[in-house]
Amino acid sequence: MKTRNIMIVGVGGQGTLLTSRILGGIAIHAGYDVKLSEVHGMAQRGGSVVTFVRYGDKVEEPIVEVGQADVLIAFERLEALRYIHYLKKDGVLIVNDWRIDPITVVTGVAEYPEHILEDLEKTHTVYRVNAMEEAKKLGNSRVFNIIVLGLAAKYMDYTKEDWLTVIENTVPSKTVEINKKAFELGYSI
Amino acid sequence: MLGNEAIARGAYEAGVKVSAAYPGTPSTEISENLVQYKDSLYCEWAPNEKVATEVAIGASISGVRSMASMKHVGFNVAADPLYTAAYTGVNGGMMMVVADDPGMYSSQNEQDTRQIARAAQVPVLEPADSAEAKEFTKLAFEYSEKYDTPVILRTTTRLAHSQGLVELNERVEVEDKPYERNVGKFVMMPGNAIKRHLVVEQRMKDMAEDANDFAINRAEYNDKSIGFITSGIPYLYVKEVMPEASVLKLGCVHPLPKKLIQEFASKVDKLYIFEELEPVIEEQVKSWGIEAIGKEVFTLQGEYSSALLRKVFNLNGEEVMAPAQVPARPPILCPGCPHRSVYSVLKKMKIHAAGDIGCYTLGAVAPLSVVDTTICMGASISTLHGMEKAKGSEYIKDWVAVIGDSTFMHTGVNSLINMVYNQSHGTVMILDNSTTGMTGHQDHAATGKTLQGEEVPAINIYHLCKSIGIENVYEVNAFDIEELEKIVKRETRRDAVSVIITKSPCVLLKSNHFTKKCKPLSEKCKKCGACLKPGCPALTKAEDGTILIDETMCNGCGLCKNLCKFEAIEEVDA
Repeated sequence: MKTRNIMIVGVGGQGTLLTSRILGGIAIHAGYDVKLSEVHGMAQRGGSVVTFVRYGDKVEEPIVEVGQADVLIAFERLEALRYIHYLKKDGVLIVNDWRIDPITVVTGVAEYPEHILEDLEKTHTVYRVNAMEEAKKLGNSRVFNIIVLGLAAKYMDYTKEDWLTVIENTVPSKTVEINKKAFELGYSI
Repeated sequence: MLGNEAIARGAYEAGVKVSAAYPGTPSTEISENLVQYKDSLYCEWAPNEKVATEVAIGASISGVRSMASMKHVGFNVAADPLYTAAYTGVNGGMMMVVADDPGMYSSQNEQDTRQIARAAQVPVLEPADSAEAKEFTKLAFEYSEKYDTPVILRTTTRLAHSQGLVELNERVEVEDKPYERNVGKFVMMPGNAIKRHLVVEQRMKDMAEDANDFAINRAEYNDKSIGFITSGIPYLYVKEVMPEASVLKLGCVHPLPKKLIQEFASKVDKLYIFEELEPVIEEQVKSWGIEAIGKEVFTLQGEYSSALLRKVFNLNGEEVMAPAQVPARPPILCPGCPHRSVYSVLKKMKIHAAGDIGCYTLGAVAPLSVVDTTICMGASISTLHGMEKAKGSEYIKDWVAVIGDSTFMHTGVNSLINMVYNQSHGTVMILDNSTTGMTGHQDHAATGKTLQGEEVPAINIYHLCKSIGIENVYEVNAFDIEELEKIVKRETRRDAVSVIITKSPCVLLKSNHFTKKCKPLSEKCKKCGACLKPGCPALTKAEDGTILIDETMCNGCGLCKNLCKFEAIEEVDA
């Protein structure tokens, strides 16, 4: 199989690492070669973070190039816009319809762009969910990222059962049930 | 497995018995993963990289396989023991893992470890992915024992924090080498060192000769019109973008296999050298009279990529979108971070801070803009002292040094001793958040817990400062802004060294439980913006100018509430 390129973008602290580990885990589970690249350290402190996941028969470099992402998973609207040029023309953007103001906006140096998703929908295939609201309804706002993952899962090469198995093996044991519920919710959108 | 996880696994399989390290992105996860094998080996956080390296040297001299790991700038701290350990050589195998940070994702400079290793005359291996990281780690110990030298495993951020598939092997218990007193080898006074220097030169010559046959130095001949000499992660970019090109992949980047390189160069029409950061391979190859293209077309700065190769070789396929112009999102202090509280006080008092290395370096940027300098670990205190000696004590009345607890234990304490000894009049603020925050919460000598999880007596920073002769040492809750302001005002005016220890645990520590959240009362809000000044990411302005607090982000530290003069923010149960 040709290498598939997935990207997860968001704001440091939103749980991109956990999501990428599930993506890595499922590729191994399905018998693919896989490489992931993450960001740790200073950049994680509320900054813009990006994680690359590549899987296929044989993967060389761990980074996704501009214009090559099959699926771009964005945990925040502005971050979707920041990395949209990585998405293939026929790729899909899965986005959490949520706004977190960067410090440059809070301090008035910059303005948060209006109508980001509406504009992106004109040029790309966009699937959106307000995962934060949905997660609150489930009783734990932290699992919003798994809801987004559930929505994205429909555009990857694995079965729902595979996903649930890998989630069970990856997340802390106390949170298995709520994470599975969150995934099902996203998957059913 | 992460590259770092694979290194830890390799060390375990290689029979390592002692490991010491100081956390530093991107090397930290090596020790954090090694600790899972604590039934088979001993591992620790040392206060700094020099100590860690000396621990590894001692363990090696005693006859066991040992290692020290650090980031590139930590390697500078470790340079002193390393340069001489190159002379003594080893008994049990010894490896140092040094992680470079091309692109400076989390560092203050972009130095190239290979240059220091060359200067110190120690061999360097460089893996390209997680599988190699594990295998090269094992090989490092074999080479160390064979050539009687410490061996460096060089990684980069991209390798350390990328994951790839790794096959596991069993641990091989290596028999301890017997210890024999050998003054000529292990006591480096001039008479002995002169002789050992000859040994070092001969060893590197021997190894350079053998390197021509190392399996990890591998020529892959394909289309011979273009050949690349490369190593590490950049090798993967070559394979990705130009799989048809011939490649000489070097696993051992110091010493270089001269004959192998000469042979490769003679077989390809055009030779490129594709190495991140400094032209270490390139300059040597060119010095042998071999024609090659390197830094003429490939940058000296930042991280390499496939895109760089495509650009240089005009391989861009269909046009790609240009990045959108969007507001930057730089890293910031977390909601509820005690550093923000301290900086909000210093900012109000218009105080300059000589800064240090840690999350609190972020106090340099708007809206806090308190930190004026950041050089290296421990430098806050000594640079403040230097200013005082240059300009006099009046000059630094509106200055303080700020340093974290872990950084203070690393190399801050000796700078503070210097202030006492040389009669400085500066104010040092130790921002004690009970952990090494930025690298992801590692323990240190003042936290009371070891890497292996044992509870131990914590070094008491207050008493430590007292014991070196500082009379004015004060502890204050980082969120008690009134008290803090009072103390800072008093101490910066004092003609003596003062230490102010601001205490409040890192907001991300798992042991930290938040019971409160802040909630705006918009009817009382006067839209003055006082609460927004410290730049807490949980706070934003609503369209009508009143304040909104994102309840999923707020950690209930109460700083905004304390800054509000109109009681328009209340604390509620989380």
